Amino acid sequence: MTQNAENVLDHFELFRGPEYQQMLANKRALFENAHDPAEVARIREWAKTPEYREKNFAREELTINPAKACQPLGAVFASVGFEGTLPFVHGSQGCVAYYRSHLSRHFKEPTSCVSSSMTEDAAVFGGLNNMIDGLANSYNMYKPKMISVSTTCMAEVIGDDLNAFIKTSKEKGSVPAKFDVPFAHTPAFVGSHVTGYDNALKGIIEHFWDGKSGSEPKLEREPNDRINFIGGFDGYTVGNIREIKRIFELMGIRYTILADNSDVFDTPTDGEFRMYDGGTTLKDAADAIHAKATISMQQYCTEKTLSFIESHGQQVVAFNHPVGVSATDDFLMTLSRITGEAIPKLLEQERGRLVDAMADSSAHIHGKKFAIYGDPDLCYGLATFLLELGAEPTHVLSTNGNKAWEEKMQALFASSQFGKDCHAYPGKDLWHMRSLLFTEPVDFLIGNTYGKYLERDTGTPLIRIGFPVFDRHHHHRYPVWGYQGGMNVLVKILDKIFEEIDKNTNVVGKTDYSFDIIR
Amino acid sequence: MSLASTQSVAEIKARNKELIDEVLKVYPEKTAKRRAKHLNVHEAGKSDCGVKSNLKSIPGVMTIRGCAYAGSKGVVWGPIKDMIHISHGPVGCGQYSWGSRRNYYVGTTGIDTFGTMQFTSDFQEKDIVFGGDKKLAKVIDEIQDLFPLNRGISIQSECPIGLIGDDIEAVSRVKSKEYDGKTIVPVRCEGFRGVSQSLGHHIANDAIRDWVFDKITSETERRFEPTPYDVAIIGDYNIGGDAWSSRILLEEMGLRVIAQWSGDGSLAELEATPKAKLNILHCYRSMNYISRHMEEKFGIPWCEYNFFGPSKIAESLRKIASFFDDKIKEEAERVIVKYQPLMDAVIAKYRPRLEGKSVMLFVGGLRPRHVIGAYEDLGMEVIGTGYEFGHNDDYQRTAQHYVKDGTLIYDDVTGYEFERFVEKIQPDLVGSGIKEKYVFQKMGVPFRQMHSWDYSGPYHGYDGFAIFARDMDMAINSPIWKKTRAPWKDAPRPSLMAAE
Repeated sequence: MTQNAENVLDHFELFRGPEYQQMLANKRALFENAHDPAEVARIREWAKTPEYREKNFAREELTINPAKACQPLGAVFASVGFEGTLPFVHGSQGCVAYYRSHLSRHFKEPTSCVSSSMTEDAAVFGGLNNMIDGLANSYNMYKPKMISVSTTCMAEVIGDDLNAFIKTSKEKGSVPAKFDVPFAHTPAFVGSHVTGYDNALKGIIEHFWDGKSGSEPKLEREPNDRINFIGGFDGYTVGNIREIKRIFELMGIRYTILADNSDVFDTPTDGEFRMYDGGTTLKDAADAIHAKATISMQQYCTEKTLSFIESHGQQVVAFNHPVGVSATDDFLMTLSRITGEAIPKLLEQERGRLVDAMADSSAHIHGKKFAIYGDPDLCYGLATFLLELGAEPTHVLSTNGNKAWEEKMQALFASSQFGKDCHAYPGKDLWHMRSLLFTEPVDFLIGNTYGKYLERDTGTPLIRIGFPVFDRHHHHRYPVWGYQGGMNVLVKILDKIFEEIDKNTNVVGKTDYSFDIIR
Repeated sequence: MSLASTQSVAEIKARNKELIDEVLKVYPEKTAKRRAKHLNVHEAGKSDCGVKSNLKSIPGVMTIRGCAYAGSKGVVWGPIKDMIHISHGPVGCGQYSWGSRRNYYVGTTGIDTFGTMQFTSDFQEKDIVFGGDKKLAKVIDEIQDLFPLNRGISIQSECPIGLIGDDIEAVSRVKSKEYDGKTIVPVRCEGFRGVSQSLGHHIANDAIRDWVFDKITSETERRFEPTPYDVAIIGDYNIGGDAWSSRILLEEMGLRVIAQWSGDGSLAELEATPKAKLNILHCYRSMNYISRHMEEKFGIPWCEYNFFGPSKIAESLRKIASFFDDKIKEEAERVIVKYQPLMDAVIAKYRPRLEGKSVMLFVGGLRPRHVIGAYEDLGMEVIGTGYEFGHNDDYQRTAQHYVKDGTLIYDDVTGYEFERFVEKIQPDLVGSGIKEKYVFQKMGVPFRQMHSWDYSGPYHGYDGFAIFARDMDMAINSPIWKKTRAPWKDAPRPSLMAAE
């Protein structure tokens, strides 16, 4: 018997005991109809070959371990960034259970969101009654200031018309006529979670700016000197938005963060559950029309939103998840150019500190090869930073990246001597990445939690940067934007590099001559 | 210790009734009427808990439930490790359910086992418009090409499949023929079917009946020689290794476990199950259907059991042994005696720290009742419970064998109700899921996830009970819960005099 009360063994120790090992071996031998271990070994080796890679890359219809989610997840993420806003997803209810779980597993925070719980009868007759009842219930129970509606693929396939449904619901008294119910169609079979973010945010802004679905006059833009800021779908939203606010305040810029979910995904434990916290006020969302310019940190999260804003007369600028010195320089100089505010001394010092840190440590990163995967903008931002560290982002893969993204990535590679052997892979998944790592190995992999399977299979050490990160805690609280954010990313990368060197040099009397105390 | 345990049963009942009335006030009239049927205070001696169940969730209330796909892919089929389960439709469903249920298994992932992988047909707009059958056929071909050691394929339908009229059964038949009778199972578990995960379990069970059992060949029959002591574990998903810490006890008492449904299970084990002498059923809710079918078709008896906590484990071991000869009965007694010192030590260590503590549960499957005994073994009391997707037979079992007089019962609880109940009752522990965890922790209430075991486990069996006891102690007695209120909030204000 291995278990004992004094020192309770967890699953990772318990099942290694001889009784369990024998039991599992017997199960396999007698009942599983398992393949011959030699055959398993042969296929395992074959799956590492260029021949397998070719087959793998010839796939046309099968997706294996994708690095993307579906639209409504992004819609929920954007919606909770508004004051007192309850996301309402019209369609099957299981989807909402999934979005809530997914976001909560990453942020270790509650995620409030409701569903219209459509079932078979709604599939036949449409979900109008679900919308009517659902809005009334949500409004009464959760006292939101706004309900932001998006859709699951079920509602999209049967063609439910949100605009008409919401109007009818208001006529039936589900919510007051003046109550804000912006909406966005977010079909899961188009784009990914970044598309859903874009659609939902555009839906909300359009609601406030363009007359609330014909119920009020459209707003007239009266330009002021404010700047709107959009973060995009971002696993680091808590740390990042706070860092951006600090930067704006240091520069003396008057700003509005649109979809500011930095507080709702970081509420205190003090005895009170806050279903809503912080967020862009509805007044600010409306007034954002008057701003001088809107800045998006992530181009591919905001394509429709920015073009909508631009059509209302604002200057718009999109970045690609800027990380590191040059990308942050560019961001700050753009801010300065648009607002006329100077970049303050403190930020210049922070820049100098990041450069200092990079200079101190670059010898350990220089020339190292990396594979990166994630959302298109994140991939771009991380690749930029690696290039300025003298590292090579050899494989950059984005399941939700498109042809235009690929060209942009290739142009980035072409701009640096360290990018000459680097390639971008749009629309590919982590099973493709597996083949890349076997056939063209790199030193490190950067990606989300799911990268741990690649780390296990290929031995490529994983640096966890991305979304979701389920198996490490609290990283979302630290920014990756701004010079401070660059510092955090640098340290994350360096920590892994040093840990790997230590791990590879710690065999007593064999390799530990290199087990250096100073690195 | 919570207020609850210092009150009389009559007081508790009155308070609980008042609480129910209070939460119902928030709803529009129609909704209040519907929700009222799902909330009740248990009266001892009644045959069920007096609540309606397995009805549609109400739109907009923040139900905790999932869908039929979650019940089929996420629960029943997903853990069959040597098959590839295609999440057929858009990318999301497979993505959100990827690896999060902790169905442990042994195998070389990506080569001969596929449990923690996400295979999807990743539907695009053109697939919705033109149908996805050709795509599905190609997906199967590509799986065969890249994963030659897979033992079978299941097609887990997402919402659009049933709506656009795809014929996944026809594709499955054609492809099965093309690949020499390969097991290819179409599952109609579209998320809009039914009212919760529950129908997905049923549909998944039926798919095993129709597409696995009905195709068993003489070759699969000959894989091993049956013995009089062959049993199958049904309805254990091996979360954190639960089925393993259960299997070991059954083997120690002289039984031979020929199949695990479906945690760490394989297609061969499904196929072998009709040879079992007894099916032992843990999660009744998700796998009673196939157990009944095997009883009718193959004459295999089944019995429910409960491997949470030493009292229920001993009771269950005896119950299972009662289907066999004296040798097994004696061995069962020997197993109970063997583990007694471990159980005594666990209880001696943890019971004093947990005695009298109150618990509120809201979970799925079997847990809203099955874990009650384990808490009671530790001197704790479950004062509220409810099922995410239970049926009346679950509430009957709960009323007849588990809950105490006055227990608050909430079926398909809404976020609002659960918060209010916990806020007012102030239990010492809440056990529910990831969506609920942080809500209650913010409120300063200790919490354990009772779906995933909060990334711990196993909780089944004697080995699992030690972990269960340790985890409950660590949740309730964590020093952090004393720090949720800033000390200056309670401190008397310094007076001006003192300041001078």
